[in-house]
Amino acid sequence: MHYAFHFNVVWDHWHDLAEGAWLTVRLSALAMVIGLVVATACAYAKAAGPSPLRWTIAAYVEAIRNTPFLVQIFIIYFSLPALGISVGANEAALAAMVVNFGAYGTEILRAGIESITHGQIDAARALGLTRLQTFRYVILFPALKTVFPALASQFILLMLASSVVSAISAVELTAVTNSLQSTTFRPFEFYFVVTGIYLLMALGFRAVFGGIYWIVFMRRQRS
Amino acid sequence: MNRSFGLPEFHYILVGLEWTVLLSLIAFLGGSAVGFVIAILRTTQSRVLRLLTAGYIQLFQGTPVLMQLFVLYYGLPVLFDMQVDAWPAAALAFTLYASAFLGEIWRGSIQAIPRTQWEASACLSLGYLQQLRFVILPQAMRISIPPTVGFLVQLVKGTSIAAIIGFVELTRAGQLIVNVTFQPMLVYPIVAALYFVVCWPLSLLSRYLERRIDAALGVKRHL
Repeated sequence: MHYAFHFNVVWDHWHDLAEGAWLTVRLSALAMVIGLVVATACAYAKAAGPSPLRWTIAAYVEAIRNTPFLVQIFIIYFSLPALGISVGANEAALAAMVVNFGAYGTEILRAGIESITHGQIDAARALGLTRLQTFRYVILFPALKTVFPALASQFILLMLASSVVSAISAVELTAVTNSLQSTTFRPFEFYFVVTGIYLLMALGFRAVFGGIYWIVFMRRQRS
Repeated sequence: MNRSFGLPEFHYILVGLEWTVLLSLIAFLGGSAVGFVIAILRTTQSRVLRLLTAGYIQLFQGTPVLMQLFVLYYGLPVLFDMQVDAWPAAALAFTLYASAFLGEIWRGSIQAIPRTQWEASACLSLGYLQQLRFVILPQAMRISIPPTVGFLVQLVKGTSIAAIIGFVELTRAGQLIVNVTFQPMLVYPIVAALYFVVCWPLSLLSRYLERRIDAALGVKRHL
């Protein structure tokens, strides 16, 4: 092996990489927030809605969970213009991520809601808690606590999967790296470093979510 | 004039499906072999081995498969000044990817076996390998089957990413047909449906096995 490493080329373009990474983070975070709204609505409708609606949501969840994200991206990217909505690659990527996260989120939230046994609610009512108090302290808070780790993992999976949206030329971290390596002819250096950046982002978000979990759920429990 | 989507095009996509299944199988078999070793090392007494294997798992679970694929396909060949085809690069990348996930799943299964089983078999003067072979692994294997089947779904979907480096599996075959027929709204849903036909039965099987094992172990599970 007589290869001269040139990692300084990567360093020269740190600004572009940072911008790509920032778009990756923004896309993932936005997709998670909107996706959670979709997931909450779907989980609620699946638990309490009329049966045609329940079937529709079940079909949506199964369809998304059993097909590749990349194919979902292609379908959404090509179907939006067909529906008369003209959007850029970034918006199409965001839409695909929302649709994807919504399905996984629905399953996670459903599990959380089902984890609250009816006896808990009866007990809260017997203690004289109002309906709202019961919902807040006995249903919502413990359910969120149960599913929080699963949601955090799903967010990180979504962030890593977002690298695939480079296939429709949304200019997130992977797409930026692709164009940089092709102009500098330094594929190893760029892909090696960017793999490290993704790893750091995954570890960083895991730490942040761990911190949020501790502050919101553990500390309150102690006091 | 454009070609329209007919039987020859559908046949081309079906051949793509064969490659998807083949790539998944190779990755699963190779990943099982490596993943088994990882799972065993991850549960040994040796701190160094545990840390090393934990790092290995974190590396592959904390970075996008697409990046792993790019490093293998575009990055490493440059270092050794050689040409690599998409097929071996994809096979190797997905084998490594599968090994990390299967290693983590099987580690969990081994650790789910109560310590007392190790202690009891040690009391019967079984050596470490005998404890594994006759007491721990037979029990761990049973719990590991549902999540392993579940991972197969993830693996089949994941192999779609090989399309991005130009390996002609199901998704890439779909892309190529779209390029000649200009009918993305027909072709991509067909591609998605074919993935669904492979993945959905596996998902159902995984859920069914999980319920059966939970019932046998008396576990009530929500996630």
